[in-house]
Amino acid sequence: MDNIETIIAQFINGLSYGMLLFVITCGLALVFGILGVLNLAHGSLYMMGAYVAYSITVSFGFSFWVALIIAPLTVAVLALIIERTLLHTTYKLGHLSQVLLTFGLAYILHDLAKLVWGANVLSISVPSLFSGSVSILGQTFPLYRLIVIGVGLVLAIGLWWIQNKTRWGAIIRAGLSDSEMIGALGVNIRFVFTVVFVLGGFLAGFGGVIAAPILGLYPDMEFQTLILALVVLVIGGLGSITGTFTAAIIVGVLETFGRYLVPEISMFIIFALMAVILIWRPHGLLGKQVTEG
Amino acid sequence: MRKFVIGVFSFATILIILSGCTNSAMQDTEGTTANGEEVTEGSSGEVNSESSEDSIKIGALHPFSGVYATLGNDLSDGMKLYLDSVDWTAGGKTIELIEEDSEADPQNSLRRLRKLMDQDNIDILTGVVSTAVAYAIRDELDANQLPFLTSHAGGDDLTRSERSDYIWRSSFSSWQVGNAMGEWAYENIGDKMFIAAADYAFGREVSASFKDAYTEAGGEIIGEVYPPLENNDYASYLTTIADADADGVYAFFAGSDAVRFVQQFHEYGLHENFELLGSGWLVSEDLRESIGEAAEGVYAASFWDYNLENEENIAFREAYEEAYDRRPTIEALEGYDATRILVETIEELNGDVSDPDKVIEVMSQVTFDSPRGPFSFDTDTHHVIQNMYILETIMDGERTENSMIETIENVQDPGE
Repeated sequence: MDNIETIIAQFINGLSYGMLLFVITCGLALVFGILGVLNLAHGSLYMMGAYVAYSITVSFGFSFWVALIIAPLTVAVLALIIERTLLHTTYKLGHLSQVLLTFGLAYILHDLAKLVWGANVLSISVPSLFSGSVSILGQTFPLYRLIVIGVGLVLAIGLWWIQNKTRWGAIIRAGLSDSEMIGALGVNIRFVFTVVFVLGGFLAGFGGVIAAPILGLYPDMEFQTLILALVVLVIGGLGSITGTFTAAIIVGVLETFGRYLVPEISMFIIFALMAVILIWRPHGLLGKQVTEG
Repeated sequence: MRKFVIGVFSFATILIILSGCTNSAMQDTEGTTANGEEVTEGSSGEVNSESSEDSIKIGALHPFSGVYATLGNDLSDGMKLYLDSVDWTAGGKTIELIEEDSEADPQNSLRRLRKLMDQDNIDILTGVVSTAVAYAIRDELDANQLPFLTSHAGGDDLTRSERSDYIWRSSFSSWQVGNAMGEWAYENIGDKMFIAAADYAFGREVSASFKDAYTEAGGEIIGEVYPPLENNDYASYLTTIADADADGVYAFFAGSDAVRFVQQFHEYGLHENFELLGSGWLVSEDLRESIGEAAEGVYAASFWDYNLENEENIAFREAYEEAYDRRPTIEALEGYDATRILVETIEELNGDVSDPDKVIEVMSQVTFDSPRGPFSFDTDTHHVIQNMYILETIMDGERTENSMIETIENVQDPGE
């Protein structure tokens, strides 16, 4: 059974799972890296994205593509409201109050979603364009999984480019290092923070729509996702898109091979990796670059 | 600064993991509200709340919050449907239903049970979804001689080594669910089978009893995988299964796990080479819509299905749909049947439930035609003897339906 085809097949499985993790986590990494806000409601924004997409496609009968645009925008508006009304007052208060605030929000959104969409398991079907399967080396893969790999790659390159190569990226990075100074230079840093948070919300919603056909929708989905996202964030390094990307791939591939070779301890492997990384490199795999930059 | 960030981060991670595991802090508050409502609902069902001597108090321990919340609600709705049909009276007395939120948590359930016994002075207890809860309250029930009719929890030991004079079960046992399919699978699917089951007590028990029955019939299990509960990606397991030389895959998953497993099984093209078999929960009434067309061709074993065509089931379906405007689930039926057993027991005793030994004596003799088929208790094991049905999921226009293809009559748990 241990032939090369199977190993390649498992690698592709791992890659697509890792990319899915990246799509889900990148918004969290962005907000944490740039605003320094650990948004524990990120999972909830992800969940809202998925549920709104469900309403758009199933209840109102629009296509998946409409949902892919509208749902993240809806979540971005929600993020805007959260940032303007609640979060912006906590920037001065420090991390602990932000953690508590966003954690509280997560529970409110949890109950809200249960109230609106119920506690049943729901699912969104894969868009018909990508619903087929392809055969690689004699193994069947759902086409949608391969598309997710592409989406993850595009997203990673896009974010890296914005953060490192554009004027906007420069302002954002400068704002993180010294927000008072950049304010004195004539940049409205409050506005920059709002934009970043809203972008983070948009990405969370986008992740929700992309993941929904694979992972499904059910109560508690956001907490399951949040735990995985935090693990990816810790391993990758706080506030580094490249780090998050690397970590998502490592976690995806490792967990997939873990399930294949030693299924009993596959979850344990991931958490053990996180513990080792925390001891060996407390800033995460690629976290250091950001501290210096 | 960075150190502090990492400190906060670790704190947050621990917070999340803790909450993910138990959700306890949250559910306490949630529980109280759900509970408050339920109690009012229960008492509003009373015709007259006169002195307690004229009413019989039935306590029900259902999970109204947490992962099993939908099951708890369906059980509760099934109970109320039957109580409505007898106008909340039995044996000349008013029935009072007092529901508590078990949260599917053993410790909390024990607290709620003590509240039901000490404050509400209930006469009979029913409900319980989680087997862990059933085991946790077992000794307390036994010591207090409180008659308990389990309406869901299926752990084998509850009517085996943990058996009590006062504990009876009207739902199913893991053994019944798994065993029913073993011989049928060997005769109809093939002699090589792969097992995939969620890694928790119930999944293990059901697949083990399937395995016993299947190998006894002459089949061979050529591989097993046990993904963790609430696993979100089955790709890796499915690739392992795809390489195996099996005729079919016996799967035990429920809830969101079942939706994902059946969908991904289909997406990875395994349905072209393998038959998919499992318990009724794999393609249950409330999941099939989410699973979609991927459910087509799945074989499942269950003790009830929406599409069983007997008189009682047709009436039950109609009444339930009229009352709640949705299809009944297997849990709704369990609540309905359990309540019927209690009501008939009380009728037979003319409303005198003061002696627990008499209650269980009379209850053990209850037989009737249930929507699931003929119902009776095995007085040795205290467990239900019932038909098991092999179902096949077929396309019916746009949606999928389960269609009964074989009946295995009077399946009786061996009790050891």
